[in-house]
Amino acid sequence: MRTDVTKINEQTPHEELTEGLMMFAGATSKYFKTGEWRTNTPVFHEELCKQCLLCAPVCPDSSIPVKEGLRGGFDYDHCKGCGICAKACPFGAIEMKEGI
Amino acid sequence: MAIRERMSGNEAVAYAIRQVNPDVMPAFPITPSTEIPQMVSTYIANGEMDTEFIPVESEHSSMSAAIGAQAAGARSLTATSSAGLALMWEELLLAASNRLPLVLTLVNRTLSGPININCDHSDGMGARDTGWIQIYAENNQEAYDNFIQAYPIAEHPSVHLPVMVCQDGFITSHAVENIELLEDGKVKSFVGEYEPEEFLLNPGKPIAVGPYAVSNYVMEAKKNQEIALENAKAVILDVAEKFAAVSGRHYGLFEEYRTQDADFIMLIIGSAAGTAKQAVDELREEGYKAGVLKLRVFRPFPAKEIAQALKNCKMVAIMDRCESYNGNGGPLGSEVTAGLFRYKVMIGAVNYIYGLAGRDFTVEDAKEVFAEMENAMIAGTQPEQYRYIGLRSQEADE
Repeated sequence: MRTDVTKINEQTPHEELTEGLMMFAGATSKYFKTGEWRTNTPVFHEELCKQCLLCAPVCPDSSIPVKEGLRGGFDYDHCKGCGICAKACPFGAIEMKEGI
Repeated sequence: MAIRERMSGNEAVAYAIRQVNPDVMPAFPITPSTEIPQMVSTYIANGEMDTEFIPVESEHSSMSAAIGAQAAGARSLTATSSAGLALMWEELLLAASNRLPLVLTLVNRTLSGPININCDHSDGMGARDTGWIQIYAENNQEAYDNFIQAYPIAEHPSVHLPVMVCQDGFITSHAVENIELLEDGKVKSFVGEYEPEEFLLNPGKPIAVGPYAVSNYVMEAKKNQEIALENAKAVILDVAEKFAAVSGRHYGLFEEYRTQDADFIMLIIGSAAGTAKQAVDELREEGYKAGVLKLRVFRPFPAKEIAQALKNCKMVAIMDRCESYNGNGGPLGSEVTAGLFRYKVMIGAVNYIYGLAGRDFTVEDAKEVFAEMENAMIAGTQPEQYRYIGLRSQEADE
């Protein structure tokens, strides 16, 4: 019988966990807020952005959402603050700030 | 009608593999288990079975491939010995924690060093805490029978754990003895088809196997795995009962040989149990109450059952074919005495190390152990613990 994994959380007793912690769903990594690990934070200066989109594909955590050819604000739930996007930006539109 | 044959232990296991005809077998050769994948590939080449054989570059890969195939939904197995098992170390734990019911036929050989190819149990015992079920055989017949029972145990819904089927290198794997085989049809219907409920290659029903778990989940997952291992005890007995109905051969967690009224019992694993039984038969002729407890299932460890079986004897000799370098005895010695203490069975117990790297263990050796127990009992002393049998020493008693 398949367990509804969305009902499992950190309070679930061991008897109700899945065998071997098997996941019965796809794309569940989005529920894992890796943004909590961040020690440096990218800040987006929209007024300097030319929408060249060099930043989005180099993000290792897919934390720069692109909609209809335009990038939006950072997904801080998953951005780990690595700074690759800031290095890739030719226009200084991404600034790294210390802290979260 | 059963088929009467003569075979080595490796031949017997390869024959059983042909009869079960699993889906995938990745393997890398290592003495003394090399013959098993070699014979299986011959069966495949001759069209006698259709298992997908994967020649891999190491045992790290053979166990990884077996895990991948099993997770994908294929009944898988591999074979190895000694350093091969050591190289699988990381994957052994994954096979168990991912709850994959695959089977490993282990032909026990010592671990280096000194490098040596002969039998002792240091490989299997080294993997004793990896979460695998471990079943040891005394002879070729048991190696064959244990393999046939392995998948029904592993795949049972209350278990879902990998099984290691162990036999003694060369002594069992290469010695040819009489054997009684089951017909192909009987084996196939006993083992059945593998129909996993969840598996990776299952269109429309996605799963992820072995995901990262944060600290809030790991203890619960391990507890569940431990419960499955405990469940395996009843399943092993149930499968043994069903196997007896098909084969006429009876198995338990251990075999009690002439222990009923025994004052002194030798607790031993594997081929040397045959030697111990011969010693017991000779001692019984002399009116001496000796018995053998041959441990078949080492994992899950039947501590309670062993304590129960030993409670009426005066003293037990616990025989380890493995040095564990804990400074206090062998692995079996440590676990049996812990079990006796927990269940408050306060009999005498003495731990011996024997037969390392193929060193002979003779009927005379076994009889001497019994004599030492009796002498200690008469003198009211405890024999010296944790001693090597057959060791050349300046302090030898002769």
